[in-house]
Amino acid sequence: MTGTAPSVDAGARLSGVGVGRGGVVGPVVQVRPAPVVPADTPVLVDGAPADGPATHAVLDAAFATVAASLQEQAGRAEGSLAEVLTATAQMAADPALRSQVLARVDGGEPPVSAIDGVVSTFVTMFEQAGGYLAERVTDLRSVRDRLVAAALGLPAPGVPELRVPSVVVARDLAPADTAALDLANVLAIVTELGGPTGHTAIIAGQLGIPCIVRVAGATDLPEGGEVAVDAAANVVTVAPDEALRAELVERAQAERALASDTAAGATADGHPVALLANIGTAEDAERVAGTAVEGVGLFRTEVLFLERATAPSVEDQAATYTRALAALGGRKVVVRTLDAGADKPLAFATAADEENPALGVRGYRLVRTHPELITTQLAALAAAQEATGVAPWVMAPMIATAAEARDFAQAAHAVGVKTVGVMVEIPAAALRAEQILAEVDFVSLGTNDLAQYTMATDRLRGELADLLSAWQPAVIELVASTARAGKATGKPVGVCGESASDPLMALVLVGLGITSLSMAAGAVPAVRYAVRHHTLDTCQQMADAALAAGSAEAARSAVVALADPQVRAALGW
Amino acid sequence: MAERSVAIASRVGLHARPATIFTQAVAAAAVPVTIAKTGGAPVDASSILFVMSLGVGHGEEVTLTADGAEADRILDELVALLATDLDEEQK
Repeated sequence: MTGTAPSVDAGARLSGVGVGRGGVVGPVVQVRPAPVVPADTPVLVDGAPADGPATHAVLDAAFATVAASLQEQAGRAEGSLAEVLTATAQMAADPALRSQVLARVDGGEPPVSAIDGVVSTFVTMFEQAGGYLAERVTDLRSVRDRLVAAALGLPAPGVPELRVPSVVVARDLAPADTAALDLANVLAIVTELGGPTGHTAIIAGQLGIPCIVRVAGATDLPEGGEVAVDAAANVVTVAPDEALRAELVERAQAERALASDTAAGATADGHPVALLANIGTAEDAERVAGTAVEGVGLFRTEVLFLERATAPSVEDQAATYTRALAALGGRKVVVRTLDAGADKPLAFATAADEENPALGVRGYRLVRTHPELITTQLAALAAAQEATGVAPWVMAPMIATAAEARDFAQAAHAVGVKTVGVMVEIPAAALRAEQILAEVDFVSLGTNDLAQYTMATDRLRGELADLLSAWQPAVIELVASTARAGKATGKPVGVCGESASDPLMALVLVGLGITSLSMAAGAVPAVRYAVRHHTLDTCQQMADAALAAGSAEAARSAVVALADPQVRAALGW
Repeated sequence: MAERSVAIASRVGLHARPATIFTQAVAAAAVPVTIAKTGGAPVDASSILFVMSLGVGHGEEVTLTADGAEADRILDELVALLATDLDEEQK
C-alpha cells in the first residue's frame, strides 16, 4: 500500500484480495464512518455542556442503548452471525468496560477520551493475544464507535438504508454492520481493511456475494458512482466500460449454469471422481461446507503457524481442527501436516542460512530438526478426532522415500490417526510410488511442487513459467506412474495441486486413473461440468494423447482436439 | 474465600459462545467472582472482555474465587458449567 490516494477517474482500477469468483457492476454506497470528534468533546444536555453527574447518567444510558440495539440485531440474525453479535452486545454491556469508563468520567476525564482510553487497553490485550481475539478487535472498535455516537447524540454509525442494489464500501465492516445490511440489495462488498479469512469475507462467501478486501483507496470512491467489482480478478474498476460490463454479465450467467449441477462428480458414463475443496482455515471449512463438494482434499495447516513467534499449542491447533471437522459434518477431510520452509518460512523453525531452501529442510523433513512440531500436530489431530468422532485423513508433505512414509505412518498410527497418506511432490516419490503406497493408505499429488522439482524450475521465477506448466509431458508421466501404482495397490491417488482446478487437465487426470481432485471451491463447478460431459474412455484417450505429445503445447492441443465441442465452446478452450 | 479449579471442556476454549454463557452466569450470580489462569492474575469473571483476554484454550485449567455465604454453591455451579462443552450444548 502506498501513502498516496489512488485515482478514482473513470477506468481507474483499485486492486485488493478477492473472495470467490463473482463479478458485478453497481453504484457505491459508503458505510457511514465512525464518529471522528475531539477527545474533549463535551456531552450536551439541553444544548449545554453537562456537569459531572449528568455526564455520568448520559454515558450510563449510552451503554444500555448500544447493548440493547446490538442484542436486538443479534435476535434478527442467524447462525454464526447471531453468535458474534451476541458477544459484541455483551462487550457493550461489559461491567468492567462500563465501570472503568464511568470511573474515569467521574474523575473529570472527558467522556470520549474515557471511552477511547478504556477501549484501547482492551484492544491492546486482544491484539497481544493474537489469533481469534485479534480478529475480535473490529467488534470492539465498533462498540467504541457506537458508544461515542450514542453519548454525543450522533446518528449510529453503520450502513445507510440501501434503496437500490448497491456495492457496499467500507473501511472495515463489523458483524454488527453486516447484520444491518439489507442483503437483498447488496451486490458486492469492498473494504479497505480486513483479510480474506475475516468475518466480512466469510459472510460474503457464505452468501455468494462478490467481495474484495484490502482495497487501498476504496473509501475515496464517490458515493453513487458505478463500479465493477471483479472478485476473480481482485480488481474494482471505476465507471467500467461496456466491454467489461458485458463480460461480467456473461460470466455470471455461465457460473450460474455450471453451479446448478450439484450432483456428485462423475464421468458421462458414471465413473465416480471425488471433487474436493482446498482450504487453509476453519473459516474456509465453514464456507465450503455450504457448497457441493464431497469434502476437503487439502487442509493446509500452515496458516496456523505463520506470523507467530512460537509454535501453536496442542490446544490451539485442536480447536481449529475440531472446528473444521465439525463444520464438514463427517465429509472426508484430508489434513496436510505443516508444510513450512522454502517460500513459507517460519520464525521458529526455518534455518536462516539455507542456500537452497526449496531443496532444504522443509515439509516433513522438519522432523529431523524440530521433531516436536510433528508430534504436537499429530496429537492435536488425534484430539480433534476424539472431540468430533470424525476421523481425518492425515498426510505429510515433501516425502522422498518409502522409509520416510513408513516413519510418518507409524507416528500417525501411534496417536490414533486411522487413515495415513503422503504427498507425492518429489519425482523420487512418484517413481517409487508403489513402494510408498505399501507403507500408507493413500497418496496425493502436489502438482505445483512436482513440476518445480521435475523441471528444476523455481516456482517464483516468472521468466521460466513455460517450463513449470503442468502440461509438460515429463510431469504428466510422473502423475501417470503414481496413478498406476494406485491401481496396482488398490489405493486412492488424488491430485490437490493447481492442475486439478483446470477443467481440461482434470479430464487427463481422470483418464490417468486419479480418483479425487481437490481445488479452490470456486473451481469445482467448471471441473464437474467438464468431467460430466466426457466418458472415462475419452478421458483415457486424452491421457494417452498427452503422454504421447512432444511438448506442453502439443499435449494441451491434442487433448483439446478430443474434447466435446460443446464443452470446448462453453469453457473457451 | 472459596476457590475452585477446573479444566475448560469447551473445544474452542473459553471464547465466543462459551465465554458469553459463562460471564452471563457469573453476572446472574450477583456476587463478585474472579477467574485466573494457573499462575496468572485474577480478573473479574463477569467481564467478557477480561475473560476472553485470558485466552484460555481447551483443556487449560482456570481458578475461580468468590466471597460470601453463597460462594461455595455458586462456584460449584460455575465449575459444572466450565466442565461442560458449552460450544456443543448450544447447537
